[in-house]
Amino acid sequence: MDDSAALAPRFRFRFSGLFADARMFQILALGVLFAAGVWLRDFSLRPAQIVLTFAAALVTQRLTWRFYPPKARSYRSAIITALSLTLLLRADDLLIHPIAAAAAIGSKSLIRFRGKHLFNPAAFGVIFALIALPHTWVSAGQWGQDVALAGWLVALGALVTERARRGDISWSFLVFYLGATALRVAWLGQRFAVWEHQLSNGALLLFAFFMISDPMTGPNHRWGRLAQSALVAAIAYWWQFHFYSTNGLIWALVVAAPMVPVWDLVWRAPKFEWNEGENHGPDRLEASAHPADRNGADARGVLRAA
Amino acid sequence: MLTLAACCAPLKAQAFCGFYVGKADGTLVNHASQVAVVRHDNKTVISMMNDYQGPMTDFALVVPVPVVLEKGQVHVGDPQLFAQLEAYSTPRLVEYFDPDPCEIVRPMPLMAMASGVGAAAPAAPPMQDRALGVTVEAQYTVGEYDIVILSAKQSDGLETWLKQNGYKIPPRASAALAPYIKQDMKFFVAKVNLEEHRKTGLQYLRPIQFAFESPKFMLPIRLGMINANGPQDLIIYLLTRDGRVETTNYRTVKMPTGENIPEFVRDDFKGFYKSVFNEQVERNDMRAVFTEYAWNMGWCDPCATSPLTPDELRSLGVFWLDQQPPSRGQFMPAPYGGGAIPVMLTRLHVRYSADSFPEDLVFQETGDSENYQARYVMQHPWTGTENACPAAHSYFENLRARQMQEAQTLADLTGWSLDSVIKKAGLKGDQQPNPWWQKIWN
Repeated sequence: MDDSAALAPRFRFRFSGLFADARMFQILALGVLFAAGVWLRDFSLRPAQIVLTFAAALVTQRLTWRFYPPKARSYRSAIITALSLTLLLRADDLLIHPIAAAAAIGSKSLIRFRGKHLFNPAAFGVIFALIALPHTWVSAGQWGQDVALAGWLVALGALVTERARRGDISWSFLVFYLGATALRVAWLGQRFAVWEHQLSNGALLLFAFFMISDPMTGPNHRWGRLAQSALVAAIAYWWQFHFYSTNGLIWALVVAAPMVPVWDLVWRAPKFEWNEGENHGPDRLEASAHPADRNGADARGVLRAA
Repeated sequence: MLTLAACCAPLKAQAFCGFYVGKADGTLVNHASQVAVVRHDNKTVISMMNDYQGPMTDFALVVPVPVVLEKGQVHVGDPQLFAQLEAYSTPRLVEYFDPDPCEIVRPMPLMAMASGVGAAAPAAPPMQDRALGVTVEAQYTVGEYDIVILSAKQSDGLETWLKQNGYKIPPRASAALAPYIKQDMKFFVAKVNLEEHRKTGLQYLRPIQFAFESPKFMLPIRLGMINANGPQDLIIYLLTRDGRVETTNYRTVKMPTGENIPEFVRDDFKGFYKSVFNEQVERNDMRAVFTEYAWNMGWCDPCATSPLTPDELRSLGVFWLDQQPPSRGQFMPAPYGGGAIPVMLTRLHVRYSADSFPEDLVFQETGDSENYQARYVMQHPWTGTENACPAAHSYFENLRARQMQEAQTLADLTGWSLDSVIKKAGLKGDQQPNPWWQKIWN
């Protein structure tokens, strides 16, 4: 779940230093969710699993250094992936989390297409663990309504504050997915409370704000992002309400990932690059001339239109 | 996931997943229902047990099911199975005895006894046929039940059908049935065949069981809310091959366990546990499902009763036992360890109301095979005197502190006032621990 997007010049001007990088917001938001989960909820997670997840993610990131241009070398994405894995993945064995974390980070270097990694690392790590490793599961229901509600506020707040340019995919996904579930509730003649209850799914929250919005694995053009969000929402809906399978969202993201290069071919736009705020210093305004920001402008357009 | 219905709870009352439809006037309340769900590879076997006490003639059971069930898929089980499941998985109290502090070599504390709470409940309910916007998909008698499988096209189809057949339907039945009809679910409707019931010579109804294949792994509790007055309790025993089961659309919380509590709790452990459960329900705003037990069916420690035998498990619907290579485990009711078998029992206890549980329960089998049980510990003090030896003196000093701690724990667990606990525990004011500063200058 590396998420978010190129930052507009104005925004970067305001948030210089560390927080010029949208990933810092994500780390902060995920950290808050994680702390809330650990303190307020039984997350069935052992401290050793947390430590091992982070260790494996960071070590793997370091080992894959040579695949990245010097400017793009950062541990931030690895931290986000590790946080996401500890929030989502459960296992009754100590080795599972580090293996999943290594697979997640490793996938960024190994599974690439046209200069982009194909899978969101956290989603890949979770699905890899569910398929390949024994005794693994995702506890989507472990958040509870109150924590999930607080989580929505934090995530929405982070999204709005940071004005992530590629956050447009979060919004469009939510419109498609929540729209579909709302229609289903209405069609079944259920109460609105059912829909409300479905929102209190921690996995949905993580997914919408920290996974599908990952600019590194999402389509470059806003139309591509719109198409991808609709596709992911449709698969997730089908997965959950037609096949009655669990973890539909994460599966949908992974299953739909191969379509991203297709959208990128259909609607061309520059590839996203993270903006390491602290590295740019006074150059940040110039840095905004990077092609990625032109792309950011696209997204801004969508937000305005919305 | 499958679908189904039925349910309920020993400790409280009224619940279950389908609903009873009364033919005559009267209070339609079903007490203490329990459901056992056996699940593996989309194959599900459900057993439903209710302790319905009303007249056999007037009651029906309506349960949404995902597919039409043929006669061979329905069976009438032995209530003893539920008694056994309940006893095996019930929250337990264990006791230890303090060793003699004057002995130089301390013997290991011995686990002595286990006692359980709760009691199994008796039977299930009934129903009738005919169609009007409703299709009778199948119809047969199994044991003391006349069973009809219905499908309906309209949301009020089943309600109409039931009304025409002389059943008094709760006012909101149609609205509650609608979502199931829209999802193309069928309705398993059972009523008591009085003649067959007479032949059994039993005063109660035996659990009804049915087997089907469906990706749905859920329990339709919403239907059971129709004729419920107030929150309902439901106990669900889930038997899976590998890991414990949890709900995916509600929080699944483990009951507090391993806590040391005062000795007097032994006299009313059932009352104690009821209070603990009430307290947990309240703290979680009645929005959580509680795990009371998750253990490999091959053994237990301590055992409230011995694990179910392979035959009993098969009767409940555990269909994969015969397919297992013998290497994975032997069926040894080993009271204190060993003998794991490929069956994990999860006992979930939920108290729900229409507001706090807007959706049916949806489950998943996790990869978690770690054993867990709701277990409470009594530590009996040594019965010697304070002057028996120098070590005895400090023993009693520590004992006071420990007993106060136990009282505090009990108050925390149950929501009882600390004063009343101290009084019940027979602790006196002078048994409170000495102030921390007392030893500084003396």
